[in-house]
Amino acid sequence: MTTPSRSAAPLLELDRVAKAFGSHVAVEDFNLAVAPGEFISFLGPSGCGKTTTLQMIAGFLAPSRGTIRLEGRDLTSVHPSKRGLGIVFQSYALFPHMNAAENVAFGLEMQRIGKAERTERVRAALAMVGLAAYEDRHPRRMSGGQQQRVALARALVIRPSMLLLDEPLSNLDAKLREEMQIELRQIQRNLGTTTILVTHDQTEALSLSDRIVVMSKGRIEQIGTPQDTYERPASAFVAQFLGKTNDFAARIEGGSPARIVAGGWSAPAPVGLRGPVTISVRPERIGFAETGLPARVAARIFQGNHWLFQCETECGPAIVVRPNDGAGQPGEGETVRLAWRPEDMSLSAGAAA
Amino acid sequence: MSAAATTALPAAAPAAVPEPRASRAPLWLILPAVMLFVGIVLVPLAMTVLLSFHDWGQYKGIEPVLTLKNWQEIATDPYYAEMFGRTLRIALITTLVTALLGTPEAYILNRMSGRWRGLFLLLILGPLLISVVARTLGWALLFGGANGLANKLLMSLGLIASPLPFLFTETGVVIALVHVMMPFMVLSVWAALQRLDPQVEHAAMSLGAGPLTIIRRIVLPQVMPGVLSGAIIVFSLSASAFATPAIIGGRRLKVAATLAYDEFLNTLNWPLGAAVAVLLLVGLILIVVGANALVERRYAEVFR
Repeated sequence: MTTPSRSAAPLLELDRVAKAFGSHVAVEDFNLAVAPGEFISFLGPSGCGKTTTLQMIAGFLAPSRGTIRLEGRDLTSVHPSKRGLGIVFQSYALFPHMNAAENVAFGLEMQRIGKAERTERVRAALAMVGLAAYEDRHPRRMSGGQQQRVALARALVIRPSMLLLDEPLSNLDAKLREEMQIELRQIQRNLGTTTILVTHDQTEALSLSDRIVVMSKGRIEQIGTPQDTYERPASAFVAQFLGKTNDFAARIEGGSPARIVAGGWSAPAPVGLRGPVTISVRPERIGFAETGLPARVAARIFQGNHWLFQCETECGPAIVVRPNDGAGQPGEGETVRLAWRPEDMSLSAGAAA
Repeated sequence: MSAAATTALPAAAPAAVPEPRASRAPLWLILPAVMLFVGIVLVPLAMTVLLSFHDWGQYKGIEPVLTLKNWQEIATDPYYAEMFGRTLRIALITTLVTALLGTPEAYILNRMSGRWRGLFLLLILGPLLISVVARTLGWALLFGGANGLANKLLMSLGLIASPLPFLFTETGVVIALVHVMMPFMVLSVWAALQRLDPQVEHAAMSLGAGPLTIIRRIVLPQVMPGVLSGAIIVFSLSASAFATPAIIGGRRLKVAATLAYDEFLNTLNWPLGAAVAVLLLVGLILIVVGANALVERRYAEVFR
């Protein structure tokens, strides 16, 4: 499953990369081409191999098979200190014995950049992340969000060819995380630095990335734009992992033209399928209608800007999300009918699990 | 009004004014420990201090009068200056050597994989299970004069013409002390290394730092508090060490601890021995507290 490279030659290429720890295969057959300026997310549950892949790109782990190329150059024998990548770690990994300015300056010192230019660039980098006033502060005396920003400034100040982010926002509280997401996206757009983000948070991946690489058990499940992966999931895993989804047991009923039937709901069936099938529909794509699948509202939960309904149907449980638009909503215990447009569902052969 | 509301809702407002009865409970709870401390540390210590001001004569024994005689003797007789100078020198060199050897030892130990680390940790800590006397006698057996095992071997190999001088030398005392003290330094540095975030080294690497730069600029500054606290432990234990200097140094090479012992048990001049012991104790407390204050001030900003 290779992706078509965009306009320019890819900046980073992973070619059939694999990593095994003993008999445990952590990453298998990983192919990816990252275009310059792209923001890519590796998304998956813990243990899916996303961090292992990032560490192989960074050079902290050597791939068992395959090659990694940066700007066409094979990285295999290049030491991590010579790869010129900016990395932000989950724990931030700031140098606790140095203040913010010294932390940021470290990479420039390693590049033997003169004191005057160094001071200038450190100041600019800290100003960029909104920490101009915190130059003398030590990491232990900064909040998580501030440490995060210093780590970002430290990674970006060396003008890396790529920025690697290893779950950088997972230690922040929800509100701060949202702020940092917006800021991160803005900084990345302004600088145009090609970025790979490792995350298990689907919202983060959806809102930040140009493309998402969805991974499971060491394999790539799907590569695509956030909209692609959300609306046209390539596998049941992707559908389940990205957002919620309803699976209904349905069947194709013969005749000409054949129809797909789920309880009281039916639509023209695509060609080729026969017998029992599973319909997957996103909760926000299901509406209440005059005709459709009969359902009983088991629970109604108010969530501020939307309502969440847990329903029971003859084809299996259903979750329905409706915007809180002021219209009247069915109450608990009421019987409703569920309907959705055929283009909003995906079909797979076999009965729902 | 608000005070009444506070007492009515103790759970909502964490008690700003604790009840008087509750505040006395901790005092009662620490009383047994305080009594034990007073009984077996403070009282004997006060008696030792008092003893150092008593008079003593060959035939009259200890006379419970207050005199500065012992202190004057220590202050004016260069013999005591030499003893304390040697004690300080041995302790300082021992501390320096354990720091120089123990820090890399702990670093290497920390980088080892699990199984090897366990084995080597056992090798380093194992000697702590054996009496200091036995360990020091081991050194004496190896290097004690022409009959020492190591000396014999080296001489038969033709590497040395005469036995290496070890017994009754400062070098010998320092070597044996370093061996005895090493576990304390390694443990102290190792504890500091354990607190290091392993990703920090990766971060430095990604910023272009080579292995030596990482050790010098990233690892060492972070474990320095561990090295310094290890140094304080080793220094105070070496300066007050008795068994090792007694066996290796013997009567010919006395240090403060063996000197006090001899005054007590050989000369039977208890007051003078007490003065030596008190001086050693006070000197050590001053040095340790001073060093500790320096360390804390130096690293207050970094490791709060």
